[in-house]
Amino acid sequence: MLSKRIIPCLDVRDGRTTKGIRFKDNIDIGDPVEMGRFYYEEGADEIVFYDITASSDRRPIMLDVVRRVAETIFIPFSVGGGIRTLEDMRDVLLAGAEKVSVNSAAVLSPDIIRQGAEAFGNQCIVLGMDVKKVTPSEKIPSGYEIVINGGRKHMGIDALWWAREAERLGAGEICLNSIDADGTKAGYELQLTRLISTQVHIPVIASGGAGKSEHLLYVLNEGSADAALIASMVHYGTYTIRQIKEFLQEHGVKVRKTW
Amino acid sequence: MIAILDYRAGNLTSVERALHFLGFSCQITDSHEVIEKAERIIFPGVGAAGKSMENLKELGLDIMLRKRLEAGTPILGICVGLQVLFDYSEENDTPCLGILPGKVRLFPGDMQSEKGEALKIPHMGWNEVAFAHGHPVFDRIPAGSEFYFVHSYYPEPSDSARIAGKTGYGISFASAVAHRNLVAVQFHPEKSGPPGLQILGNFCHWDGVSSF
Repeated sequence: MLSKRIIPCLDVRDGRTTKGIRFKDNIDIGDPVEMGRFYYEEGADEIVFYDITASSDRRPIMLDVVRRVAETIFIPFSVGGGIRTLEDMRDVLLAGAEKVSVNSAAVLSPDIIRQGAEAFGNQCIVLGMDVKKVTPSEKIPSGYEIVINGGRKHMGIDALWWAREAERLGAGEICLNSIDADGTKAGYELQLTRLISTQVHIPVIASGGAGKSEHLLYVLNEGSADAALIASMVHYGTYTIRQIKEFLQEHGVKVRKTW
Repeated sequence: MIAILDYRAGNLTSVERALHFLGFSCQITDSHEVIEKAERIIFPGVGAAGKSMENLKELGLDIMLRKRLEAGTPILGICVGLQVLFDYSEENDTPCLGILPGKVRLFPGDMQSEKGEALKIPHMGWNEVAFAHGHPVFDRIPAGSEFYFVHSYYPEPSDSARIAGKTGYGISFASAVAHRNLVAVQFHPEKSGPPGLQILGNFCHWDGVSSF
């Protein structure tokens, strides 16, 4: 039986992690390579590195991070943030990432999904979706709309339609982020997650809102998510990945044990 | 030296990095000369069966593989590198190498989990492998270890004696197969953390002798 995946996400700017990751002896808490290794050893099933470097001439720094991560961790990891072209994808995959995630670039030009899937295989292409709840309308029948620029720009695209379209174009997986839930620590958007995850045939990673272990339990069960993204709840040391997995296992969720 | 077969199939560097981490020297290559001299061969794979077979033939690597197989060289197939060993793959309706009897089939579309959830295709993520006893490459793997899978097609060997490991995903399928000096896995040991590295390490020390 397949395990549900727990995936920590590290934000990286100019080659350094941005969040106040928990203090640990012998670990450079700002170094994404060391943090990646730390989560790998703790039992993360995958790791997401999200590049929030603003300036494009500093992008090679991220590729160097990816190369160093690939030498030290032997589980899949993906890289997102600022991926716009086939060339960006190629650079990140050749540097050693298993998957690349495209978000706003795919909304603006959906063909990048098809091109990426054809060039590198569907399993390499993750569609990142930022979604906001709206009043259902003719244009947005599901009541969930695609947004970009951190939620500031509404795109007039229905989230369910977009998820299906991305699957058709060749996305291998969807990372579904609720802008409403993001940062609240009040739990994932269960209704949205369930809607998308049960209507597409590719795995869905739930993102946004995780604050405690129960939230993961709900989204993996009721939300039908295949995987759950976590950030601050482990970065600040409130929980360890092992604690979360033990809790999930006690509540009947199949997780990979590394202890 | 270990030769990692380069047949233009996706990302081969992750296998190379894992072997370097373990302290083994290896080379990603399509050179017949290098493969001829290699102590062991890894036949990795990310990609589709049709294109893989096409590239293998074009580079003459199908012939090289057979030659080294008959010479007793330890060979490890990974993912598509396992699938194309069989007679036939439903993916792109592809006649394959025919080194192992059997075929490769698409997962049925209507599979359900024990909880009644529809199972997605590809089978992507971590799953257990129940290894048959006694193969040196699968030695010292803790019971219950999970491995990283990503595939939509699964092998169906016609000879069950070749099955070295089984995994359940809606159906039970052969996730590891072995015959003499050949061993192959459907999962990615190079992406499966410590137990995956253990398998790669075991392979790098294996003399190619097994009871399979």
